[in-house]
Amino acid sequence: MEYFIQQLINGISVGSIYALIALGYTMVYGIIKLINFAHGDVFMVGSFIGLFSAKYLASAGLPPVLVLIISLIFSMTVSALLGITIERLAYKPLRKSTRIAALITAIGVSFLLEYTGVLVLGPQAQGFPDIMAKKQYQLFGTSIQVESNQVMILITTIILMIILQYIVRYTKTGKAMRAVSFDMEAARLMGINVDRTISATFAIGSALAAAAGVIFGMTYNSVDPLMGVMPGLKAFVAAVLGGIGSIPGALVGGLLLGTVETEISSLGYSSWRDGVAFAVLILILIFKPSGLFGKNVREKV
Amino acid sequence: MKINKKFWLSIVLALVLYGVVQILLTTGTLNDVYKSMFLLICVNVMLAVSLNLINGITGQFSIGHAGFMSVGAYVSAILTLDYDVPFILTIIIGGLVAAVCGVLIGMPTLRLNGDYLAIATLGFGEIIRIIMLNTEYVGGASGLSGIPAKTTWTIMFFFTLITVVLINNFIRSTHGRACIAIRENEIAAEAMGINTTLYKIIAFTIGALFAGMAGGLSAHTFYVITPGSFNFLKSFEILVMVVLGGLGSTAGSIVGAVFVTLLYTYLRDFPEWRMIIYSIVLILMMIFRPGGLLGSTKFSLKKFGKKEAKANGGISDSSAS
Repeated sequence: MEYFIQQLINGISVGSIYALIALGYTMVYGIIKLINFAHGDVFMVGSFIGLFSAKYLASAGLPPVLVLIISLIFSMTVSALLGITIERLAYKPLRKSTRIAALITAIGVSFLLEYTGVLVLGPQAQGFPDIMAKKQYQLFGTSIQVESNQVMILITTIILMIILQYIVRYTKTGKAMRAVSFDMEAARLMGINVDRTISATFAIGSALAAAAGVIFGMTYNSVDPLMGVMPGLKAFVAAVLGGIGSIPGALVGGLLLGTVETEISSLGYSSWRDGVAFAVLILILIFKPSGLFGKNVREKV
Repeated sequence: MKINKKFWLSIVLALVLYGVVQILLTTGTLNDVYKSMFLLICVNVMLAVSLNLINGITGQFSIGHAGFMSVGAYVSAILTLDYDVPFILTIIIGGLVAAVCGVLIGMPTLRLNGDYLAIATLGFGEIIRIIMLNTEYVGGASGLSGIPAKTTWTIMFFFTLITVVLINNFIRSTHGRACIAIRENEIAAEAMGINTTLYKIIAFTIGALFAGMAGGLSAHTFYVITPGSFNFLKSFEILVMVVLGGLGSTAGSIVGAVFVTLLYTYLRDFPEWRMIIYSIVLILMMIFRPGGLLGSTKFSLKKFGKKEAKANGGISDSSAS
């Protein structure tokens, strides 16, 4: 039992990373029906920006908590700008063309980010600095251990979720986002600036991916230009699992996927981990194509 | 396709192409680099034409083609290495096993449509790769090596020719028209009495069959197969060929396959810049020419003969969604 709970805690911390990336997928898909394959690479860029700013700030002698917060915010801001730039340059000209053309463009952008990263940073992995000293905590006198990192991940994720909920529910941008995702044409007729809303969606999604990137770097201590591919795909699986287009769905899907993966690994089948993730995806698609939280949209003739 | 003068003309043209390359290879004018480039072009043409049947003609968005390819590659490589089966037979068995996988994958997932089908096929492709990765019998992560290079230009060319002729024939048959009807409007097609599930599975199976053969041929060309060479990037690459050439056009798929292969081969000298140039070409192509190089041009020599009006109406790009 204790072992199970231990794995659950580990799973939640992996799942939080998936959930943060999945939110970007789900929001972009919800609004322009595009599987943004470049999202995993925005996550990678965010991670590297976090790495450089953390190194710089740490050498400037700032206290660890401040280093974490500043590099997180800096990385999120730069990645948000990157997200807007990608949308403006690559996806906006394709707003009216076919979905497959937009998808190929997304793949193109993904390659561009990956291999520009390889060109600039070199293909080898780089060590991520230990921003905060890692500590182990015992839980309630049991053998269950919680790492300080895991606590930090959970706190960061929860804070970001609250901010996101606030933006989507109560701000004007959030209302516009919901309206555009419901019906783009009607929203335009109501005087909503659709282009700006889409940009805002990309900005928020990319910022969340960047936060996930910084957290990922702190957890695994190693980042490389191609690291976005697998987490990107997995996060996408998480988004579909929860019901693509649904924000709570992305959160639940991410946590669920992370937990399932950790349990599989702990049973000694870690090399099958990725396969299980995709098997879960296919099962959910066959039995409940709209995902756990998705709306079932009937096809119109 | 009617077996008429134009059909024979295109066959003769293809044979001339074969003959010229064969002469150049035997006289040693073309070195091994060019030889493997020609073989690679043929493999990619097979893959692109067979994916075009699924994506372009039937309108089912599949991005797991590398999975079928890997099944064919592994089956035929194992038959050669462990059981000493005649070469041509291994290719055909590889293709058939891939076709069975096509049926198995097609049946449950073809109820899905659009993006969901794309994701499901992507997942299946990855699952096949992970199964290969974890099966010691097929070499695990290091894959199979020492596969004899039995693929000659002659065998490769005729397999490619047969693929193109058969698929093009299928497209123009009653069944092919049914597939096009499904692409244009699935609900309307069903209302007209077309068994949509059946035709989708047929398209999937034929596509998988030829992809499997292409996999077997490429395994016997390049000595080594690893699970990593059949990841989803490979599937994307095949999709890119089809889309760059022009979705729904067999000629387009061939042009796309040749274009992408040449681009890859010639950019090999600039390894750092290769993928960057490739991706920029991809993005610019999609922005400025989303219909592909040839748009919806059909595979025919009509343009060289009489000047006729555009036959059969073009294929609208909107079908791709």
